[in-house]
Amino acid sequence: MNVSKMLPLLAAGIVALQFTSDAQTIKIASACPLSGAQAALGEMVKLGAQLAVEEAQSAFAAHGIKLELTPQDDQASPDVGVAVAKRMVNDAEILGVVGHFNSGVAIPASEVYKDYDLCMVSPANTNPKVTERRYPNINRVCGRDDVQGPVGAEFAVTELKAKRVLVINDKTAYGQGVAEAFKQKAAGLGATVVGFVGTEEKANFQSLILQMKVHKPDFVYFGGIYDQGGLLLKQMREKSIPAVFMGPDGMDSSEFVRIAQNAALGAYYTTVAGPVDQYPAAAEFAKSFEAKFTKKPESFALYAYDSANVLIAALKELTLQNPGQTPARVDVCKAVRKISFPGITGLIEFNDKGDRKKADYYIVQLKESAYPGTTVKVISAGPPGN
Amino acid sequence: MTLRPLRPAERPRPLGEALLQILPGVIIEGLLLGCVYAMIALGYSMVYGVLGLINFAHSEVFMIGAIAGAEVFRYGQPAAPNTFVLLAAAILVGGSVAGLVAVGIERLAYRPLRRRTSNRLVPLITAIGVSFFLQDLVRLIEGLWHNEFYLNYPSCTPIEHPVKLPLGTEVQVKAIIVIAVAMLMMIGLTLLVKRTRMGKAIRAVAHDAQTASLMGVNPDQVISRTFLLGGFLGGVAGVLFGIMFTQVNPFVGFVPGLKAFTAAVLGGIGSIPGAMVGGLVLGMIETVGGTYLPLFTNGAVGSEYTDILAFAVLVLLLLVRPQGLMGKASSDRA
Repeated sequence: MNVSKMLPLLAAGIVALQFTSDAQTIKIASACPLSGAQAALGEMVKLGAQLAVEEAQSAFAAHGIKLELTPQDDQASPDVGVAVAKRMVNDAEILGVVGHFNSGVAIPASEVYKDYDLCMVSPANTNPKVTERRYPNINRVCGRDDVQGPVGAEFAVTELKAKRVLVINDKTAYGQGVAEAFKQKAAGLGATVVGFVGTEEKANFQSLILQMKVHKPDFVYFGGIYDQGGLLLKQMREKSIPAVFMGPDGMDSSEFVRIAQNAALGAYYTTVAGPVDQYPAAAEFAKSFEAKFTKKPESFALYAYDSANVLIAALKELTLQNPGQTPARVDVCKAVRKISFPGITGLIEFNDKGDRKKADYYIVQLKESAYPGTTVKVISAGPPGN
Repeated sequence: MTLRPLRPAERPRPLGEALLQILPGVIIEGLLLGCVYAMIALGYSMVYGVLGLINFAHSEVFMIGAIAGAEVFRYGQPAAPNTFVLLAAAILVGGSVAGLVAVGIERLAYRPLRRRTSNRLVPLITAIGVSFFLQDLVRLIEGLWHNEFYLNYPSCTPIEHPVKLPLGTEVQVKAIIVIAVAMLMMIGLTLLVKRTRMGKAIRAVAHDAQTASLMGVNPDQVISRTFLLGGFLGGVAGVLFGIMFTQVNPFVGFVPGLKAFTAAVLGGIGSIPGAMVGGLVLGMIETVGGTYLPLFTNGAVGSEYTDILAFAVLVLLLLVRPQGLMGKASSDRA
């Protein structure tokens, strides 16, 4: 008997084994960068999900179900993310994904999940396209860039009285998208947009700064990530450009302060993930997080915790309805979409696209040259068109 | 009621006047960037002169100088008596480490190949490989050592102090330092190559290595020293780059390296004054274009398109003068 004839037999044997094993196992996956430059941010997603899963394990064990977290590393790369997604959809025990961290990874990976009805709840993807495709299995618990940009613009124009606004972006889908949204809203509110500039420069922002000396903006918005934003701000201040600086959640990192150093003082950023102290219910979460992992929860840990809990709540409901049976992936997607779950970050309900009905947007100022900054305003807003 | 005449500061300023007013600033920034390009370009040009090899690993030599300088600031800042001593130490250490790395690259990667093959393509591919290897090696070392990807040059108030120039321009002390150091280095190199025995040997090997060796010059030693000199200049350029732009990382060498290589070709590769002129011209085009293109086109052509301008100049120049600005038209090098 040759090997090729044996393969179907083997496969059948494995399937049979899976169905006959006594202890039923359900896995929730976390998908985020665990190596590379963004590993520190990705680890928070993993640990947040891990805490939620470990807290729920005993409740599931009472029904004879073993609940597990399987952490996956997407390396913040679209290619790796898709490969990880393909591996996960073929593991029948995985019924939900918490992730990805980067919109650029989540969008292609979710194309894979869609074909296998695997439910994804994202703690951190802000690109509008993630949910605009209206896939029934893709959801997010955080806000969107096309709301984040305008929220920042409204604060800049109405509260900070910005008159001459210079908008800069990093020419990525994320940075340009959020910068466009900012520009439109700011212009609509009556501010003069003195320039809309794209830059891929990583070190030398002198040309941009010399242009500022001509345009004399009183407000500079940078749509992009902290590595460019922090340096731009530092060089602006060295050349004594006094304009107020603001950026999106790409600036929401302790690295931003480390790079900009004392220039970070007074800068604003908007973010979709508020600091842990913004949530009254989060104190206990922070305590058990620190006790378990001996580090403080940062940025998206709380949102990953809520994302995992949304999946857990849906799974609980389904296993109670049909005890002893593994829920079908399609049913998990449906249950998540119509859930009404009181998370730590507020009530979590999804609209028909998978956007959260009401998401919070934070305007944060670095009142000292230290991370995280002080929340100066919280705006609760729904997705556009709702 | 009499109207008080407006003081100059209150008068609305037409755009044209503002354009003119930033011109001295633009020229200084162009000069700064040009100096950095010129110093890196020298490394490319000198190595090409003696070996006929485009040493693409040179951009990583520059990066290693920049990183070494950042480490000097990290460990030296608490101990140093004053900022200028620290600055001098960073420049010396950055240059020396980079110079030694350049010699090491030549010894370990290029020399064995030179013995085994006369194919020009093999060392070129090796150079690209060495470049990738060094990027990730430095990333690994910095990752294990400090768990950091971005390294900062810390703020030092004395060198960031603005100095008033005539015409109402301001420059920082560090800009003056960078230009002065770069000029000194380039003058020093010119003297070294023109006036010393070592310089004579380098010129001899560049002209004809075989005949030079018949005259008692050891080509291997001369090549080593060329790498040391080029690497030192590249490393110093790295530290100056870090001081100006305040942040470096293991991949920071790629773009300036490529620009400097372009500058070397623009000036005439193999020519030392050509590399300097090429660097200055390229830095100037980039800064002037990057600043004024968006202003004159009202934002339609953004700063990010400056490279088109820079490379258009390069292509046009090479059409007219294939040997570059200061290169000699050579028929003997096939």
